[in-house]
Amino acid sequence: MARLTINGKTLEVNVNPSTPLLWAIREQVGLTGTKYGCGIAQCGACTVHLDGAAVRSCVLPVAAAEGKKITTIEGLANGGALNKVQKAWLDHEVPQCGYCQSGMIMAVAALLKEKPKPTDAEIDARITNICRCGTFQQVREAIHAAAKA
Amino acid sequence: MITRTPKLNRRSFVIGSAAAGAGLALGLKIPFGASVVRAQDGSPEVNAWVVIRPDDTVVIRIARSEMGQGTLTGLAQMVAEELECDWSKVKTEYPTPGQSVKRKRAWGDFSTGGSRGIRDSHQYVREGGATARIMLIQAAANAWNVPASECSASNSVITHKPSGRKTTYGKVAEAAAKLTQPEKPTLKDPTEWKLIGKSVKRLDTIDKLTGKQVYGFDLKLPGMLNASIKDCPVFGGKVKSYEAAKVTGMPGVRHVVKVGDSAVAVVADTWWQAKTALDALPIVWDEGENAKVSSASIAAMLKEGLDADQAFVANQNGDVKAAIAGAAKKIEAVYAYPFQNHAPMEPMNATAKYTPDRCEVWVPTQNGEAAFAATLAASGLPADKCEVYKINLGGGFGRRGAFHDYVTQAVLIAKQMPGTPVKLLWTREEDMQHGRYHPVMQCKLVGAFDAGNNLTGLHMRLSGQSILTAVRPEALQQGKDPLVFQGLNPGGDFAFGYSVPNLLIDHAMRNTHVPPGFWRGVNINQNAIFLECFMDEMAHAAGQDPLEFRRKLMSKHPKHLAVLNAVADRAGWGKPAPRGVYRGLAHMHSFASYVAACAEISVKDGDKVKIHRIVAATDCGYAVNPAQIERQIAGSFVYGLSGLFMEECTVKDGYIEQTNFNTYDSMRIAQMPKVESIIMASGGFWGGVGEPTICVAAPAVLNAFFAATGKRIRTFPLKNHGITLV
Ligand code: FES
Ligand code: FES
Repeated sequence: MARLTINGKTLEVNVNPSTPLLWAIREQVGLTGTKYGCGIAQCGACTVHLDGAAVRSCVLPVAAAEGKKITTIEGLANGGALNKVQKAWLDHEVPQCGYCQSGMIMAVAALLKEKPKPTDAEIDARITNICRCGTFQQVREAIHAAAKA
Repeated sequence: MITRTPKLNRRSFVIGSAAAGAGLALGLKIPFGASVVRAQDGSPEVNAWVVIRPDDTVVIRIARSEMGQGTLTGLAQMVAEELECDWSKVKTEYPTPGQSVKRKRAWGDFSTGGSRGIRDSHQYVREGGATARIMLIQAAANAWNVPASECSASNSVITHKPSGRKTTYGKVAEAAAKLTQPEKPTLKDPTEWKLIGKSVKRLDTIDKLTGKQVYGFDLKLPGMLNASIKDCPVFGGKVKSYEAAKVTGMPGVRHVVKVGDSAVAVVADTWWQAKTALDALPIVWDEGENAKVSSASIAAMLKEGLDADQAFVANQNGDVKAAIAGAAKKIEAVYAYPFQNHAPMEPMNATAKYTPDRCEVWVPTQNGEAAFAATLAASGLPADKCEVYKINLGGGFGRRGAFHDYVTQAVLIAKQMPGTPVKLLWTREEDMQHGRYHPVMQCKLVGAFDAGNNLTGLHMRLSGQSILTAVRPEALQQGKDPLVFQGLNPGGDFAFGYSVPNLLIDHAMRNTHVPPGFWRGVNINQNAIFLECFMDEMAHAAGQDPLEFRRKLMSKHPKHLAVLNAVADRAGWGKPAPRGVYRGLAHMHSFASYVAACAEISVKDGDKVKIHRIVAATDCGYAVNPAQIERQIAGSFVYGLSGLFMEECTVKDGYIEQTNFNTYDSMRIAQMPKVESIIMASGGFWGGVGEPTICVAAPAVLNAFFAATGKRIRTFPLKNHGITLV
C-alpha cells in the first residue's frame, strides 16, 4: 500500500513499496501518458514532477514519492487550458510519433519553472531526453517560444 | 538461423499475392449498386476512401500507418485535394486488415516503409478523392435535375453555376453513396493544387501533448492480463527448461508459459509483476551452434568476401580490372558498417485475445496486413475469424513492418488462456537483444587514375548480409539481393550519380545468424558512406577539390548535381568557413529523391566533434507538405548521426551484448546541429521523404572530419575510435 498525491488527488495504491512510481502511475492509477522507454533512467520518457522537480519515475520507488506532490502529463494542463509548453509544442508541431513527448514536455516545464528564460547551454545541460524520431530542432525552438510566452 | 516473415498459406492468399508485389490497382473497384456501405456510426461511405457525416465532417480512410513521419496528414491532403472538401472538417481513420481482405484490398497496400507511404499510393488515393467528388456533384445535380457539368465543388460546397443554388457534401452524401463509381477520373494538373504543397498542420498533434494518445503499449481491455517475455538470447536457440514453481507464488502471477520453442513468458495482473517474476525465473537455454559466433568471426567471414571470386554484379561498364592494372596511380580502402538496432522509443508490444472461434490482435504496426498474416499463422484460424486493429506507434523505423515476432508471441500466449486478452510488452533489454538489425557490411574500394589524375576506374566490392535472403527470398534475382545496391544502381529509384569509364559494383553475399532488417534508410546508409567518403578520398588523392572532382563525373546526372550544387552554394563551399570550422559534402539518389548535405564541424582535442550546421537539400519531385519534409530531414539526421557516432550491436557467444540505452546510446538535444533544409521539388515524380536524407549526414560529417583532422575513419561507430559528438 502507498498513499500518493497525483495531479491534486490523493489515492491509495495497492503495490509493493519497491515498485517504480512509473508502473504505479500506469497500472494502478491508470494514467498512461507517462511512458516507459528504458527503465534505467536513460531516456526520460517516464519524466514526472515530484514537488515541481523533474524526476525519472522508472527508477523511483513508490515509497519515495509518498507525501510528495506528483504531477504527470495529464495534470499539466490547468483546467483544460494547455500549459505554455504544450501550447508552444502545438504551435511548433514538435511531436512526430509523440511517444517521448510526455517526458520531454515535463522536463521542459520543470526547467522553465526554474529558469524562465533558459539559454541554449542551459537547455543542453538540462534536457537530456532521448527522441528517436529526432525532434530536437523543433524542441529547442518551442522551448524558446514557451519562454517568451 | 534465418528469420522469415510468416508463411502465407491459401487462407491468406489475398494478402500473400499482394505482399509479393502483385500490384495495387485493385483499389477502387467495389460494387456499390443501390446498397450503401456504412461507417460504424452509420454515416454513408461515398467510396472506400471517403465517409461523409451529415454535419459535413469528412472522414478520410488511411491504409498506411502513421508512425511519426506525417504520412497520415500527407495522405489526407492528397485525398482532400481532389475531393475539394473543407480541410478544417477532415478527420481520419484506419480501415482494418480484416475489412481489407473482405473488400478485396479496397485500400491497396497497408505497408508503411521504404518511404513509400505517399510515393506508392499517390495515384489511387487521389483517384479515391476525385471519384468521391464526382459522385457528390452528381448526387446534387440529380436532386436539382440539372447536368452535373453545370455544377462545381469547392470547400465541401456544391454550386450550380447557372442558378447559384448551393448544397453541402453532408446533405448529398447519402444519395452519392448509392451511385455507381465512375471509371478512372481525371486528376488535377499539379499547377491546380491548392492543398498539396502546402504546409498544413498535422492532424494528429494535440493528443500527443496531453498524454491522451493511446499507443499499443497503453491499451487497456476489460479483464486483460499482462505478459513479460524472454526469448533465447542466442538467435536460433531454444528453451531447455525452466522452474515455474519458483515464481508462481509471486504477487499477481497467473501463468508461466512456454512460447514457441524458444521463449518463456510470465503472465500476471500487472506488467511490473510479470517482469519481476520473469526476472526471478530460472531458465536454462539450449543455445545451439550459433553460440560459437562472435563479432570477430563475422568480420572474418565478411573480410574473405572482399576478395572472393564469386559476386553478384549490379552495375558494370568498361573493364575495371584492366583500368586498375593499367593505372598510373591507384588508391584502395576498406570500410565496415556494424549491426544496429532500431530501438524505437515504444518497445515492441501486442495485445491478443483468442478463442477457438476468433482471434483479435491490437498492435502498433507499420503493416497491418503483415500483422494479420502473423495472426492467422499463429492462431491457426482462417482470415474470416481473425482481425487486427492498428494502434498508434511510438516509432517504427522499419522494426514494425516486415516483422511481427511480437504478434506471433502474443497470440501464442493468448492461445494458452482462451478468452482472456493478454498484452505482451517487451523490456528494452528484450528489444535490444531481439532486433532485426541493420545488416553488417564491409566494402573494399579501388580507384584508378591516369597520369593526368583523371578517374579511369572504380571497383566497389561489398561483402555482407542480405536482408531479402532472410526476409523475402522470393524477391531475390537469381540469388542476387537487389536491395544491397541502393544508391549504386545504373538507374531506378537508387541511381548511382557518377559516370566512370570503367566501373564495377558487386556484392559477395555473406549471411550471419543475426537476423537482418530494414533500418531507416536500409542499405543506402552504408553505401553512402562507402561511396561518398571514397569519392572524397579519391579527390584528395587526385589533388582536387572534392566538389570539383565530383562535378566532373556528374554531367550526365543533372538532378544529382542540382542538389549537390544547392548545398554547396548555401553553405558557401569554396569560401572561407568560420575559424576552426571544416566542411564535408555528400549526395545520393535515395528512395527516388535526390539528396545532398554539406556539414560544418569543428574538432577539439582531435576527438570531440561539434556539428555546427548541416545544409541539406532534397529534390523529392513533388513536395506534399514542406514543413513536415523539413522535420523529416532533421529527424533522419538524428537517427543517422546517432548511428554514426554511437550505435553498434556486437555479438558475443552468439548473442547481442548491448542491452539498453546505456550501452546503445542515442543523440540528445545538446548534440543536435542546426539543420537548414532546401526543398527543391522539381516536379514530375514522387520521391520519398522519411528516409532519403538519412544517408547523407554521416558521409558529409566524415568528410568534414577528414578536412579538420586529416584522419580517415573507415569503421563505425566513431565511439570505437574515442570520437564523441559534443
Ligand atoms: S523509462 Fe525512465 S528514463 Fe527511460
Ligand atoms: S517524437 Fe517519436 S521518439 Fe520523440
